[in-house]
Amino acid sequence: MRVVEVLGSGCAKCQYVERLVREVVNEAGIEADVRHVTDYAEIAARGVLATPGLAIDGLVVIAGRIPSREQVATWLGVV
Amino acid sequence: MTSVVARRAHVPLPLVVGAAATAWLVAWLVNLPAAEWLAFTVLGLGRGSQLGDAVAFFLYDVPKVLLLLAGVVTLVSFIRSFVSPERVRLALARRGAVPGTVAAAGFGMVTPFCSCSAVPLFIGFVEAGVPLGVTFAFLVASPMVNEVALVLLWGLFGPGIALAYMAAGLGVAIVAGLVIGRLGLERHVEDYVWKIRAGSAIGELRPTLEERVHDAWRSTLDIVKRVFPFVVAGIAIGAAIHGFVPSELVVSLGGRDNPLAVPALVLLGVPLYSNAAGTIPIVEALLDKGLPLGSALAFMMAVTALSVPELVILRRVMKPSLIATFVAVVASGILLVGYGFNLLIS
Repeated sequence: MRVVEVLGSGCAKCQYVERLVREVVNEAGIEADVRHVTDYAEIAARGVLATPGLAIDGLVVIAGRIPSREQVATWLGVV
Repeated sequence: MTSVVARRAHVPLPLVVGAAATAWLVAWLVNLPAAEWLAFTVLGLGRGSQLGDAVAFFLYDVPKVLLLLAGVVTLVSFIRSFVSPERVRLALARRGAVPGTVAAAGFGMVTPFCSCSAVPLFIGFVEAGVPLGVTFAFLVASPMVNEVALVLLWGLFGPGIALAYMAAGLGVAIVAGLVIGRLGLERHVEDYVWKIRAGSAIGELRPTLEERVHDAWRSTLDIVKRVFPFVVAGIAIGAAIHGFVPSELVVSLGGRDNPLAVPALVLLGVPLYSNAAGTIPIVEALLDKGLPLGSALAFMMAVTALSVPELVILRRVMKPSLIATFVAVVASGILLVGYGFNLLIS
């Protein structure tokens, strides 16, 4: 199962990224554990300085920008 | 389930950029005649009458400011996609106190900053070995001196005041950073911050040119949407001040003869949480009524650089003593700017 973590403080952009990820996951019908990490210490420990960030299976793939739907699908390997 | 992101049809990039630039230029050229036509022909207000001129001014000013914002924010957002905070912190960690502080203020000017990112940014900088003073220079410059503030100042007052604001803002950030660095306040940072071992391995893929343009456009829409109500409210309040607040009142309360005017404006500015966009139209009206330039700049800096919500967020990583020092140092810098400009320009 893929582990997808949205790294964000709960700001509007971070909520948006979480919704986007859940949508891609639901549409592709894959098993994924989507979490929202809001602990600042944890976010910084991942090397993310600007939120929202996104980590897939523990690897940070984007930070400080909102990914596109296509990017999320590519990272999850569901294209 | 409705989609939160519309799937885009694929149109070649140069075509999209060219069409957008043309639309912008046409709107810019048509703005003044359109505003006058609406005010004087459609609404039938008298040309030269107080109400007619005020309405025409409002109808012209709102689109003008929005067009300027949209154009410059798109450009700057595109350029920004090449400057990530991760790279900035690497560049800053390797410098000495003075060049580091100056560079941090400069980076702060061009790097996006949202108060919701303040904490991870702070932890990330400090953890990477960026000195505390250098980190503060960045935190002060970033919200205060940015392209939105400069565009609006340039558009409404001309290049002189825009450049004066930029220089003064960078000056405050640099001096505040140097002073805080000298004070050696590391132990006033919350202890857990020092224990974090930040990873820096970001497997982020470099965005393509098309992604950069698309991102720039999206953040422009986002910023303009967020700033729009402030601009309209600011211009409306400005128009009201134009019409109803007597100059004598502004001059007697805020003029050079009242030595407490600058600190009073700074105190007034701190709890006001607005961005540059909402403040500038009000400042414009106050300047017009005879408020001295230094007082006006100090007010604007206090509103943008010191805000209560940001201080509340920073409390998570800083002990109250450090927050108090931060506020005191930045406020002193702003006071100096206010008095300095009032003395120099009279």
